Amino acid sequence: MSGDPKLERIAKGNALALCATGTWTASFAPVLERMVADAEKLAGTPQSIFIDVSEVAKLDTFGAWLIERLRRSLTQGAVEAQIAGLSANYSSLVDEVRRVRAAAAVDNDPITISGMLEQIGRAVAGVAGTVAGLVDMLGAVLAAWFRVLVHPRSFRLTSTVHHMEQVCWRAVPIIVLITFLIGCIIAQQGIFHFRRFGADIFVVDMLGVLVLREIGVLLVAIMVAGRSGSAYTAELGSMKMREEIDALRTMGFDPIEVLVLPRMMALVLALPILAFLGAMAALYGGGLVAWLYGGVQPEAFLLRLRDAISIDHFIVGIVKAPVMAAVIGIVACVEGLAVQGSAESLGQHTTASVVKGIFFVIVMDGIFAIFFASIGM
Amino acid sequence: MAAEIQDPIIRVRDITVQFGATRVLDGLNLDVKRGEILGFVGPSGAGKSVLTRTIIGLVPKVAGSIEVFGVDLDSSSTSQRRNVERRWGVLFQQGALFSSLTVRQNIQFPMREYLRVSQRLMDEITMAKLTMVGLKPEVAERFPSELSGGMIKRVALARALSLDPDLVFLDEPTSGLDPIGAGDFDELVRTLQRTLGLTVFMVTHDLDSLYTACDRIAVLGNGKIIAAGSIADMQASQHPWLRQYFHGKRARAVMG
Repeated sequence: MSGDPKLERIAKGNALALCATGTWTASFAPVLERMVADAEKLAGTPQSIFIDVSEVAKLDTFGAWLIERLRRSLTQGAVEAQIAGLSANYSSLVDEVRRVRAAAAVDNDPITISGMLEQIGRAVAGVAGTVAGLVDMLGAVLAAWFRVLVHPRSFRLTSTVHHMEQVCWRAVPIIVLITFLIGCIIAQQGIFHFRRFGADIFVVDMLGVLVLREIGVLLVAIMVAGRSGSAYTAELGSMKMREEIDALRTMGFDPIEVLVLPRMMALVLALPILAFLGAMAALYGGGLVAWLYGGVQPEAFLLRLRDAISIDHFIVGIVKAPVMAAVIGIVACVEGLAVQGSAESLGQHTTASVVKGIFFVIVMDGIFAIFFASIGM
Repeated sequence: MAAEIQDPIIRVRDITVQFGATRVLDGLNLDVKRGEILGFVGPSGAGKSVLTRTIIGLVPKVAGSIEVFGVDLDSSSTSQRRNVERRWGVLFQQGALFSSLTVRQNIQFPMREYLRVSQRLMDEITMAKLTMVGLKPEVAERFPSELSGGMIKRVALARALSLDPDLVFLDEPTSGLDPIGAGDFDELVRTLQRTLGLTVFMVTHDLDSLYTACDRIAVLGNGKIIAAGSIADMQASQHPWLRQYFHGKRARAVMG
C-alpha cells in the first residue's frame, strides 16, 4: 500500500525541510526511532528547520509522537520548529500528542549496602510482626469460640461439616497412601541395617515408637499444611481481593466467626483423625515389609509390637495433632487475610502460609519433645 | 437487515453458539463498517458479551463463520491470526488489568511482545496513551488495586489502544461510571475514533452512549440481530422490546 518510511533532508531557500514520507506506524517504530535520533543531531544548526509531513501515507500514535519528539528537540529557545503539510485527518492526532508531557524518568533505587542492611532490619522486625499477627488471630479465634459457646446457635455447623469433608474425608486416600509408603520404607531400612547385628526383630520397636510418637503426626501435619493450609489462604485471599470480606463485615457478620472459625474447627477435628489413620497405615505398611522382606511373621510382629509400645506412645502422638492443626489453621488464615489486591500477592501469601505452617509445626514438635521428655512420657 | 455493507471490517455469518442445551446465538448475521462506532444493545442475558467473546475467539461456536479484516478466523493460519489479534484491542467489562503489573507495565505489555522499540519510546508512548485517555502521568506507577473504577476503565482502554489497533471491542465501557464520567468516556471514545480512525464495537446498556457516541446501533434478541440502523430507525421501530427500550421512562428522560 505504501512504502517504508523515510525522512529526507531537502534545502528550501535558507531553510531546511525534513520531509517525512511513507508509513509512520508502530510496525516501523525501530526504523523511525533511528531516523528521528539521526535528525535530532541537526539541532543547533543555524538554519531554520521545519518538518514536512505532507507525504506521510499513514500515521499512528507512534509516528505522531516521534514527529513531535523531533519537533521538540529541534525547537531552540523561543524559535519553535514547525510542522508543515499536516493533513486534516492527522492534525487532531498530532494535537493530541502535543499535549503529552515528556515522560517522567522511572528511577530505580540503586542497590546500596545501607539499603541491604535496611532490608535485613525490616525483615527481622517483620518476624515480630508475624508473631504478633498470629497471637492476634489466636485471640480473635478464641474470642469467637467463646461467643459460640455462649450462643451455640451462631455456630456454623454446615460450613464446618463442609470443610471437614474437604480437609478430612477427601484427604484420606493420599494421607493413607503416603504414610503407608513411609512405613514400608522405615521397615525396609530398619531391617536392612539391623540385620547386620542380628537384631531384625527390633525393627518393630523402632517402627512402633517412631510412627506413633513422631512420624505419623508430623508427616500428616506437614501434608495438611501443604494441602489445606494453602487452600485456606487462597480462598480467604481471593475473597479479600474481591471485597467479599468487606461485604460480610458491612452486613454485620464477623469474618472470624463466619469464615475462620469453621475452618479452624474442621482442621482441629480432622488432624487427629488423619494422624490416627496415617499411623495405622504406616504400621500396616511396616508390618507388610517386615513380613515379606524381613521374614517376620505377622503374629510375631503383633506380639513384639504389643511389648514395644504402650498407650503413652500413642497419646504423645495424638495429643500433638490438634495443636498442630490450630497452628496451621491460624497461619493460613492470617496469611489469607493479609492478601493485597494483586494476583502476585495471593501467590506470595499462599507460599508463606505453607512455609510458615510447616516451620511452626516442626517448632511445636520440638517443644512437645522437650515437654514429654521432662515429664518422662 | 439493511443492505449488504461493502467491505465490512467484521463480517459475522450464521453464527450459532450453544452452552449445553441452551442456544445463546442462533444463526446470527452482523456486519461492522470500517470507521464506525457500532453500539450493541439487547436485554440482559441476551448474549451480547457472548457474541463479543465469540468474535474475539474466546467462546467456541457450533456453526457459522467470522471474518475480521477480511480474514476468516477459522481457516486462518496462526501467523494470520496473530496479525489480526495485533490489530484489535479489547476492553473487558471488569478491565482485566494484570494485577501484579503497574499501569505503565500494563500498557507496555503488548508493545513489549509485538514491537521491538526502545524503553524510552515505550515510556513516551505510554504517557501519550495516558494523556489521550485523560489520566495524569502520576498514575503510571500505580497498581490496578490502587485505582478507582473509572480509572481502571481508562487504563484498560489505554492498554487496548497501546498497539494503535484499527478495531476495538468495548464491553460495557461506561457501566459502573458516574454519569459525568460516562459522558466523558463517550466523548473520549468519539475523539479517539476521530483521531485514530478507529472502528469501535461497543456493547452497552447506556442510552446516553447510544445517543452521543454511536453511529449505528444493532439490537440482539432471541439469538439474532432483530434490528440494525441509526438511532432514528430504532425509535421508529415497532418491535415491542425496542419500543420499550427507546420509549421507556429512562429513554424519555435522556431525550429530554
